[in-house]
Amino acid sequence: MNNRGIPFTLYALITFLAVATVSPIIWVVLSSFKSQSELFTVPLRLFPTNWTVSNYVAAVRQGNFLRYFSNTVFVAVTATLITVTINLMAGYALAKYKFPGREAIFTIMLATLMIPLQVIMVPIFLQLKTLGLLNSLWGIIIPPAATPTGIFLARQYLQTVPDSLIEAARIDGAGEFFIFRKVIVPLAKPIIATIAIFSFMWRWNDYLWPLIVITDNRKQTMQQALANFVGQLQINWSSLLAMTTIAIIPMIVVFLLFQKHFMTGITSGAIKG
Amino acid sequence: MRKKTKNSFNQATAPILFLLPNMIIFSVFIIIPAFQGLRMAAYEWGILSTPHYIGWSNFLEMLKDTVFWKTFANTLIYSLFSVPLLVIVALLFAYFLQDNSMKGVRVYRSLFYIPSLLSMITVGIAWRFLLGDDMGIVNYLIRFMGSQGVHWLTESGTAMLSIILITVWAGAGYFMVIMIAGFQAIPQDLYEAARIDGASPRETFWKITIPMLRGTILVTLVLATISSFKAYELIIVTTGGGPGYATKFIVQQVYQAAFMEDRMGYASMMSIVLMILISVITLFQFAITGKKQDYE
Repeated sequence: MNNRGIPFTLYALITFLAVATVSPIIWVVLSSFKSQSELFTVPLRLFPTNWTVSNYVAAVRQGNFLRYFSNTVFVAVTATLITVTINLMAGYALAKYKFPGREAIFTIMLATLMIPLQVIMVPIFLQLKTLGLLNSLWGIIIPPAATPTGIFLARQYLQTVPDSLIEAARIDGAGEFFIFRKVIVPLAKPIIATIAIFSFMWRWNDYLWPLIVITDNRKQTMQQALANFVGQLQINWSSLLAMTTIAIIPMIVVFLLFQKHFMTGITSGAIKG
Repeated sequence: MRKKTKNSFNQATAPILFLLPNMIIFSVFIIIPAFQGLRMAAYEWGILSTPHYIGWSNFLEMLKDTVFWKTFANTLIYSLFSVPLLVIVALLFAYFLQDNSMKGVRVYRSLFYIPSLLSMITVGIAWRFLLGDDMGIVNYLIRFMGSQGVHWLTESGTAMLSIILITVWAGAGYFMVIMIAGFQAIPQDLYEAARIDGASPRETFWKITIPMLRGTILVTLVLATISSFKAYELIIVTTGGGPGYATKFIVQQVYQAAFMEDRMGYASMMSIVLMILISVITLFQFAITGKKQDYE
């Protein structure tokens, strides 16, 4: 489509749609700064008449919110580190080594996409129980750390690394793990960033894994806490909106910082995988 | 010489060691549980009781289970309406925002993408706040314009509609990004040729753009369908599956049977239906993407 061919009315329409798309989020965030008495006072106003952070103070003070927050940070950060490391290793093995069964292993790994957690919740629960991982944050972190898409992205990217580079390092007497750490990892920085961002986002937002693994209230993550909060008979909207905002903002910050990686990650993951 | 032997030994074992963590995790937490799930479907299995083999009983019970088939139908209806809507909305956004040189295009793309950053739990909470019967802003605006408020999430017909529209709101930006890449992969000389031949924009769209986008559209259809079959989070924070069973989907039914009623064998039986649905669609996806790569 030609740039000059875009008429003013179309710009107006797109602008309207864009504003309409984000307005629900803006409404939630702004409402979280309204006092409890103002929240449902008619007439409703977009901006709080008296800005207050009392909802945030109440949310943080109440119950285990800080614990949910730190659990979530711990899970998201640790899981991302593990995911990036093992997916990059697997992608490297599949991209740059020739060994019998390589294609079969790659196919099996991709085929696990056919069996999402929703389908094996029950046997997974029993498996975690057998391994003593129930009610442990490691039970949330480890099982979903191997991701077919991450392996796929790493393999795809590392296939572009010239073999001569690896050969040269071998001739210099470098061991295989040394080559991985000192040659491959620095070259793979862009794809590491992409996998890390998506892993972090997914873990931050994930609800189903924590739901299966954790029953102990003190080990829960924020998404779990939010869902429990909604399940109560009388919803305390002031606190809930503050907590929801706390859960949303980090994702938007990550997005604004790393926009480029989002676009490449989504397209290469979806179109080719 | 000794060094060389050591190195070639390393070269043979290194890929295995590199692959090991993933292979262990996939085996222990996906492949073994998948087979275990198939086996459990033939058992009466609970945490509180000793499992015993009952053959096809779970299957026969499932055939007669009207609630299960209701959730099955709900899932299909939800999928049938939300998926095409998602793809069409994403296609429209992408059509208007495909040109990198358009003024402000990055800002527009970001704004449309932002809802995709939210977890379905927070999406559900936000919309539950907006769609509240008495105090929600949407009904407030409707009343302000002189109409009656709508029971968005608390009446059977409208609840399903609301869930579908919320899903479209939450996912359109993600699929838009995929579509934009699809638009940009269309060779510009095709448009050039069409222009020289005097084709109208409408003809160009239907005769060039859409056929060239077929692969991308299929992939988005498949991804959206799979994610619609997995829907759970949004439901539990908005309608809880209600009113009645109006918005209850398969995953919720499985979860309830397994973890609230301790009927894990029966839950596994229902999971198999879901697994078949998802596997068929995923295999279809592999077939498309495989073909696409051959073509390239």
